[in-house]
Amino acid sequence: MTLLSTHGLTAFYGSFQALFGVDLRIDAGETLAIIGANGAGKSTLMRALSGILASSPDMIFYDGASVGALTAPEMMAKGIAMVPEGRKLFPSLNVEENLQIGTYGRKTTGPWNLSAIYALFPILHERRLQASTSLSGGQQQMVAIGRALMSNPRLLLCDEISLGLAPVVIKDIYASLPAIKETGTSVIVVEQDITQSLRVANRVICMMEGRITLQGTPDSLTRSAIHNAYFGAHA
Amino acid sequence: MIWVDTIVQGVLLGGLYALFAAGLSLVFGIMRLVNLAHGDLIILAAYLILVCVTVLGLHPLLAVLIAAPVMFAVGWGLQRFVLTRTLGDDILPPLLVTFGLSIVIQNALLEGFSADSQRIPLGSVETASVALGPISVGVIPLLTFASAIVVILALNHLFYRTALGRAFRAVSDDATTAQLMGIRPASIFAMATGIAMVVVTIAAIYLGVRANFDPTIGPARLIYAFEAVIIGGLGSFWGTLAGGIIIGVAQTLGGAINPEWQILSGHLAFLLVLLVRPRGLFPRAFD
Repeated sequence: MTLLSTHGLTAFYGSFQALFGVDLRIDAGETLAIIGANGAGKSTLMRALSGILASSPDMIFYDGASVGALTAPEMMAKGIAMVPEGRKLFPSLNVEENLQIGTYGRKTTGPWNLSAIYALFPILHERRLQASTSLSGGQQQMVAIGRALMSNPRLLLCDEISLGLAPVVIKDIYASLPAIKETGTSVIVVEQDITQSLRVANRVICMMEGRITLQGTPDSLTRSAIHNAYFGAHA
Repeated sequence: MIWVDTIVQGVLLGGLYALFAAGLSLVFGIMRLVNLAHGDLIILAAYLILVCVTVLGLHPLLAVLIAAPVMFAVGWGLQRFVLTRTLGDDILPPLLVTFGLSIVIQNALLEGFSADSQRIPLGSVETASVALGPISVGVIPLLTFASAIVVILALNHLFYRTALGRAFRAVSDDATTAQLMGIRPASIFAMATGIAMVVVTIAAIYLGVRANFDPTIGPARLIYAFEAVIIGGLGSFWGTLAGGIIIGVAQTLGGAINPEWQILSGHLAFLLVLLVRPRGLFPRAFD
């Protein structure tokens, strides 16, 4: 069953066009990786899906309804939660408060609550009363993921969750994804680093300059096809 | 002993200034909005209580219970439909709009109530006092100070222990990311200004019982409130109380030396603190 789909999705920053008619869909329970170089439009796509960037109503369908014109709080209430690029924890809130605020606009009972997050990331329980700014980058990323999970989203958007982290920490973060997928949540993982994302994804979309240049299952795509779609055929 | 008496009276006066300032501190802490009509809104609330008392014949404390929700609605609507539209990268529009609002409120009150001085009658308790060791303090100043403590405790609890308080802090930190949590900044701002106006109503009853008021004295209350917020450090409620006390003590000490120096010494204390601690006494860590 298709959970979310985009239809000719465009996005502009002033007169600069960042997305040129993107068509994608994600099924319930599926994990989709979106890869591409810096400036490919991946983060813009995430901003459009989360409602931060307004689109035309019919450019985005979610759960059978057109939702392109909805605001970010409205999208969040419908079950689309985002882990924003750069983590964006609230410095005035401690670790536990950062997690609790994830439920502000959507209070549902589901597999995810404080104790489930602490079971997924035990270190956060130890640090729960600390200022969120006192954590390491990897721990902050765990808080950001936990914060998004607290609303028991049907679709989790992860924007560059490996950015600025050491490889061993990235491995730890990605180790949490199977537990998240197990609960039936659909996940969109946006990455520049393709190694981890290809490992967890059911399907991969490669973007370049605001367009989708390649898609398929991780097994069906050759290294060189991804390379060409990522950098352009003649790079 | 006269010095102890002067300082105690100054501390109690500081409670009144802290009440003036607490609402301002809340609003500024959340949305970096300086409401130049804050003092006039205190006077507006005082007239609202006065109308309830004189026209409806209510007891002043009962009048506060009626005026507080009305003022909450005034603050909520003002923020939702006017002030939020002025917020943005430019800091000038909110200043201009609230400055204009200040003039509008003053003149509307002049039209409605004339320039005559008014006060809120509270019977014999107005002049009652209790002996505190060798000195005696008024019951009303004591109640004012106690109310200031209760208001600061309540605001701290709201800000640091409730879901709404978390939303206040989150929006203040990063409004865009807060929206990803399902928080609507505009309604959070409206709620904050509404709550500030409830505090303003509490300040207004003590203002009106303690001394005469007329439609033009709002801006001076704003100055005291603003100085208390700045001295305390932006975003700290206990700091705001400390700031109010510092101004109150400075005023009564200055007044004890020479009555002409009363107002001036409050302002001098403010400048002195700014000189030594430019960010105030208890600034919030993240700004």
